[in-house]
Amino acid sequence: MTTLTDPPKESFRLGMLIYDSRYRSITIQVAALIAFLIGMGWIVSNTMNNLASLGKEIDFGFLKEPASYDINQRLIEYTSRDTHARAAFIGLLNTLLVAVLGCVLATIIGVFVGVLRLSKNWLVGRVMTVYVEALRNVPTLLWIVFLMAIITETLPAPRDFKSGEAEMLLGGTVAVTNRGTYIPEPVFSYSLGNIKLLEGFYNNSFRFEVSLDLIVILCVLIGGILISGLIKRRADRVQAATGDRPKTWHLRLAVVVLPTVFVLWLLGLFFVVPEIKGFNFRDGIHLRASFLALWLALSFYTAAFIAEIVRAGIMAISKGQSEAAAALGLRSGRIMSLVILPQALRVIIPPLISQYLNLTKNSSLAIAVGYMDITGTLGGITLNQTGRELECLLLLMLIYLTISLLISSVMNWYNERVKLTER
Amino acid sequence: MSTKSYVRTEMLPEKAPPPTEVGIIGWMKENLFSGWLNSLMTVITAYLIFWVLAAILPWLMNSVWNAGSLNECREILQGEAGACWGVINERFNQLMFGFYPENLYWRPVLAFVLMFVALAPVLFNPMPSGLKIAWGVFLVIGCWMLYRVGAPGLAYVVFLVAGGAFFLDRLASKMVWFSALFPFLAVWLLWGGTAWNVTMALFGFVIGYLVYRFLSPAVGFLFGLILAVLITVAWWLFLAGPVAATLAGSIPLELAPVESRKFGGLTLALMLGVTGIVGSLPLGIVLALGRQSDLLIVKSLCVGFIEFIRGVPLITLLFVASTLLNLFLPPGTEFDIILRVMIMVTLFAAAYMAEVIRGGLAALPKGQYEAADALGLDYWKAQRLIIMPQALKISIPGIVSTFIGLFKDTTLVSIIGLFDMLGWANAIRANAEWTGIVWELYAFIAFVFFIFCFCMSRYSMYLERKLQTGH
Repeated sequence: MTTLTDPPKESFRLGMLIYDSRYRSITIQVAALIAFLIGMGWIVSNTMNNLASLGKEIDFGFLKEPASYDINQRLIEYTSRDTHARAAFIGLLNTLLVAVLGCVLATIIGVFVGVLRLSKNWLVGRVMTVYVEALRNVPTLLWIVFLMAIITETLPAPRDFKSGEAEMLLGGTVAVTNRGTYIPEPVFSYSLGNIKLLEGFYNNSFRFEVSLDLIVILCVLIGGILISGLIKRRADRVQAATGDRPKTWHLRLAVVVLPTVFVLWLLGLFFVVPEIKGFNFRDGIHLRASFLALWLALSFYTAAFIAEIVRAGIMAISKGQSEAAAALGLRSGRIMSLVILPQALRVIIPPLISQYLNLTKNSSLAIAVGYMDITGTLGGITLNQTGRELECLLLLMLIYLTISLLISSVMNWYNERVKLTER
Repeated sequence: MSTKSYVRTEMLPEKAPPPTEVGIIGWMKENLFSGWLNSLMTVITAYLIFWVLAAILPWLMNSVWNAGSLNECREILQGEAGACWGVINERFNQLMFGFYPENLYWRPVLAFVLMFVALAPVLFNPMPSGLKIAWGVFLVIGCWMLYRVGAPGLAYVVFLVAGGAFFLDRLASKMVWFSALFPFLAVWLLWGGTAWNVTMALFGFVIGYLVYRFLSPAVGFLFGLILAVLITVAWWLFLAGPVAATLAGSIPLELAPVESRKFGGLTLALMLGVTGIVGSLPLGIVLALGRQSDLLIVKSLCVGFIEFIRGVPLITLLFVASTLLNLFLPPGTEFDIILRVMIMVTLFAAAYMAEVIRGGLAALPKGQYEAADALGLDYWKAQRLIIMPQALKISIPGIVSTFIGLFKDTTLVSIIGLFDMLGWANAIRANAEWTGIVWELYAFIAFVFFIFCFCMSRYSMYLERKLQTGH
């Protein structure tokens, strides 16, 4: 009779750290970690030595000191006596402004071009292909600088409006000049005033005012949209019960529009038209040349990418889907909204959001045309004035990183929500 | 009872389709005027095209090619609309070469044309026979370019010998060796100095290979590899410099050295773009594999790197390169600005590349991994033989669009004060002779970028078709 015994236990040898797959992964990880730590330690100690020899130390105190430079493009109040932190805040708001407006315009143009590129019309399809290829294959920065040059060099100067060489557009309300475009400004005669927020915090750096008028209007608008949603739900219920869908579009429109118009009338809305005074325009909203160049260039450039995304999304839905919907007796509008779009959006939205992310990051090219975004204030003038490269760039990267991570977490949330549940 | 009925026994001849359904009219009816909406769109688009052409064509027809300043140009035009290409004509060298010494222009040009010779075996393998005629045309154009910049005779010889090898089938397959050699040759041509520096750098790889080849049977594969890497690095750090200096002392083999700050224009953009492309693909593959791996620490390091780089704009990284990188290195290190930018651009592109390749890896069916395991392949063999070829094939469109994005992003260096084409455009517009010039200058630069990027995207389509294995 034989007995089975375990093979003799191998004693641990040093070579097993590399040749035994049980230990190898640990070896590799430890080696990677050590290499990483040594590398980081090397960089940090170098930085410390270099800073010490320059007589600097890492200190964010400069943010509380007066910036003493002017920012011409600002959404909220700012003077040169304000702090560097406030200058950075103004810059951040400018970045967000151009990013949000850019995303909106790029989406509109992109969807338009993407859909038209799929059109059966040969000529329209070709023109849209030319648009996409021309925009995509030329650097963004070139478009931005190019547009800025076109605006400053070829458009009429404000004084030409005085001498009558140039005329205002749209019935004398909009002036397109080489310094930017002036558009009418909405003003309320019975304004409710503003609420001041964050006053006195961090040397007043983050104070800002919120217009009460705007809050009221937004509340009424959102209320209207909610009520309109209720009406739609009721129509759905009626349709489910009786099979007939009551006509509700006029009611839903009225619920949204009428109260808003009423509130606007109550607040006494009127428009102040820009007027030429001396050598420049007064009143109205001034969209600066740098802002326009950046905004339009980013929008048109990103729109070319969005167009491709939209086209790919629609083409990804197999023809059988729309044929099956037609066989069920749905009209073409309903086919689009109930069958094609919900499926296409699942394909379209993730790359679309990453285009939004790209647009936001590309808005940092503002520095090339002098639009004062966060890169222009914190990473530009503040950095040069204070000589605090390390702190400024760290902060700048941190801010961009936060924006990016926020946007991509929205994307992840959406992906989770619309994910196909596979069995 | 007569059952008379008429039955046709032969077919009627086919009638021709109505003239409105065939030919150009039928095509137009189907594609341009199939409904009132379609007709309206056609008319509007046609009007728009006409409007644009009506503005551009007379302007183009009326071009002025020889003018020293915008005013001179306007005098020649006498108030008529016309393009003033004189600016391109006069500043062409700066837009192409920056401050590179004028008598040495042949070196970047030679590097440029040799770049295509080095790319050809990588891009077209084997070379399609239809391309041979195009290749002949390219050789002629290359010679003409060399002639225009007054290259010495040796440059023609090098170019024609390397380029001509493609016509001999036996040599064409060996030209990959030239591709491997090209980076070193290009560095020597562009920066000049003694040839021994790059030769010794190249020699480091040879030493490493020899050490690996002869030591690994004795000490095992992994130790052999580690030893080879260590010895190579030691050679570069300690021995390559002195040896090169000694050799240069006896046999100079020298080209006039050119400083980095003199690089500019298209040369700079191509240098940055090509190094970025060459560096970012392998780095991206490594990062993607790291991100996919089971090793927690390696994985989190890779994820952290990728997400950080993708979360910040390139311009902030370039700021880091121009202001901070010296702070991170030991005191007194002088580090070439172009090299710094190259490193940053490569790292930036690598993070995007990693995500593209990760997409390709994720799209691969799990059965492929399992099949590789079932065949008993180890990790690297499975990656090299089964996973990567398929994953890379899936991600070709993404890879190429990352390349295109990288090449376009090289324009950002104009913001940190390097003179690429956009930097030169600013300088030219600031010059008194050419203030007020807009369209011609930017249109030219846009055109140059368009050519390169468009060719890249077309090549990716060709490659996709070539590698298509589905039905």
